[in-house]
Amino acid sequence: MKTLETIKKELKEYDGKNIKIMEVCGTHTSSIFKNGIRSLLSPRIQLISGPGCPVCVTASSYIDRLVEYSLKDNHCVLTFGDMMKVKGSKLTLTEAKAMGGNVKILYSPLGAIKAAMKNPDTQFVFAAVGFETTIPIYALLIEEIIKNNIKNLRIMTSLKTIIPAISYICVNEKKIDAFLCPGHVSVIIGSSVYSEMASKYRKPFVIGGFEGGHIIAAVYEIVRQISNNEYSMKNMYQSAVSSEGNEKAKALIYKYFEAADDYWRGIGIIEGSGLRLKAEYKDFDAGSTSSEDVDITPAGCKCTDVILGRIAPVECPLFGKACTPLNAVGACMVSSEGACGIWYRNCEV
Amino acid sequence: MKINMSHGSGGKQTGDLINQIFLKHFDNHILNKLEDAAVLDIKGKIAYTTDSFVVTPLFFSGGDIGKLAVCGTVNDICMMGAIPKYLTAGFIIEEGAEIETIDKIALSMKLAAEEAGVKIVAGDTKVIEGRGGIYINTSGIGEIAKSGISISNCQKGDAIILSGSLGDHHAAIMSERMEIENNIKSDCAPLVSIVKSLIESNIEVHCMRDVTRGGLATVLNEISSASSCGVEIYEAFLPISDEVRGLCNILGLDPLYMANEGKMIAVVPESQAETALHAVRRSKYGENAQIIGRIVDGSGVTMITTLQGSRILDVLYGEGLPRIC
Amino acid sequence: MCVAVPGKIVEINGDTAKVYILGNICETNIKLVSAKIGDYVLIHAGCAIEVLKKDMAEEILSLFNDLEEEQNEDS
Repeated sequence: MKTLETIKKELKEYDGKNIKIMEVCGTHTSSIFKNGIRSLLSPRIQLISGPGCPVCVTASSYIDRLVEYSLKDNHCVLTFGDMMKVKGSKLTLTEAKAMGGNVKILYSPLGAIKAAMKNPDTQFVFAAVGFETTIPIYALLIEEIIKNNIKNLRIMTSLKTIIPAISYICVNEKKIDAFLCPGHVSVIIGSSVYSEMASKYRKPFVIGGFEGGHIIAAVYEIVRQISNNEYSMKNMYQSAVSSEGNEKAKALIYKYFEAADDYWRGIGIIEGSGLRLKAEYKDFDAGSTSSEDVDITPAGCKCTDVILGRIAPVECPLFGKACTPLNAVGACMVSSEGACGIWYRNCEV
Repeated sequence: MKINMSHGSGGKQTGDLINQIFLKHFDNHILNKLEDAAVLDIKGKIAYTTDSFVVTPLFFSGGDIGKLAVCGTVNDICMMGAIPKYLTAGFIIEEGAEIETIDKIALSMKLAAEEAGVKIVAGDTKVIEGRGGIYINTSGIGEIAKSGISISNCQKGDAIILSGSLGDHHAAIMSERMEIENNIKSDCAPLVSIVKSLIESNIEVHCMRDVTRGGLATVLNEISSASSCGVEIYEAFLPISDEVRGLCNILGLDPLYMANEGKMIAVVPESQAETALHAVRRSKYGENAQIIGRIVDGSGVTMITTLQGSRILDVLYGEGLPRIC
Repeated sequence: MCVAVPGKIVEINGDTAKVYILGNICETNIKLVSAKIGDYVLIHAGCAIEVLKKDMAEEILSLFNDLEEEQNEDS
């Protein structure tokens, strides 16, 4: 009888071939640490963090534009808390705020509507960063802006889609054996997209939830598939993820946004991996990212290698020395879902 | 009526403010003399501390800046095994603050001081330019009732008792800021009864710390560092209310790093752990106390998760901001 | 990359709903889902992104049963 205890025992005692599993999603990285999952696995099973930290992969020039807006008269930047500590080429939003910049943290993008209506003389810019889980909410925001005829609220987008990034890794990084697919992105995009990838790249693609039990079960399934030379898509988060995903949300995304090449901090341009506002909605665009975006990679920074799963954070020579959460060199250390920040705060030094 | 610069000039308006608000609420024979300094009768060794309070909003569910200003300093004194006796209160008030607001805060301080058994015996008021903000500094004195209590005194095998649920104060503030409806109240409270109960039960307390900014994880790291020991706690034993857990799930916060204002940990010899636990549970504000872990060999703070995995807890870095990622 | 939490719809007003999550009530936009009072939804950044088909704890237990069945098939 398979119980949590028997499965944990098997994972701890696993002595088959070495397996490198990429957990794509920053929330998975966080949950893995919160539950102490690595300590439950055999050393032959390695969990490597992937590029699923939208803040980490946002170009530093995007942050610079936000900082500039925050310091402009009669302007206010609205953002999720995640963005506050990420450095542009000079400043973070937290530092801009300390200099008198106008920045407010919101729980939901839809809160921007109330802010804009209450302060008609202020120009608001919402820092619209995220993957497919959050993108439909930005689409809802545009709808609300139009419906309420709001003239003082625009969005600055840095929107990325995860499948092109995973494909990039499959093509360019041969050492990853399997993927723990992002649970909540999959709620939107559905599970069927991964079936083709599993056959094409001959690797298991398992969709997992975020409770400790979900993750343990997903890792077990991956190990089972690899031990049996199988590779398939398996949806282990069926309470929330369906085969086709959330059709309403997908339709809304593509009503307002269209695919484009996009720049990933630390990686470079990935074809078709971004979403930007369609031309007819350009009035709501406050100067979003494009494939012309630039990035200043600090000397010695190995964020690229970390994001692509080539190295674990501890293998970066700057980790824990020149690069710490209080004195971060790269985005991976600063963002609350960046692999390096999570590893450091959980003392994997 | 609003505060203006003349309320801080030392003249009639200052006198009126002191009489009509501060003396009215803080009334005691030492303060009422309005001397340049309070002359006090103190026996033996004393514990002496200060803290400043700048919270916004000024009023929140379960408390206000005044109550915080009293309890914060009272609790720091208690943590050294001292019984708090006297406080001072210094106010820095920005022009534009409402006198009614100051009156409400002073009343709250009076009630908190009464509950804690302390007198506010000296004070000061300054008015500066601004937009109605209010900031308070309190300092406090207590008489040591049990000496030798120190953050560097923890010993291998000691049990760690947490007096109640984590994160309530921070959760109350965040709920208000992020407009999420719930019944979470700040746990702002004096810890005097818990400390008295431990001392009266003859517990050989090695260390006590209140769990404030930075949360439990930060306090445990301070202990680990100062006592050169390891700390091991069990997630399953941590008291966290469902509502606080729910709020943390919504906002992406971690209760281990969230501030309380009326909770403490006591590190006691293992042989006295159960007795100490009962002493805390018998006391006001200690009803939900739990033994959450122990002092071990090694260094750093480890938590055994509900999944029986092992998670290392570092101090809080930066601010604990809400996340969606 | 997405913090999301399950909650129960207790009231609906047009496109918004009050959702109950462990003693908290969150104003939630429900335009992305077709839901009714009593449904459990997954909430991310103030919006319901899906109606949940099963309780999470129930799901985790059934995952272990599935893994058992698969192992029986392997052997």
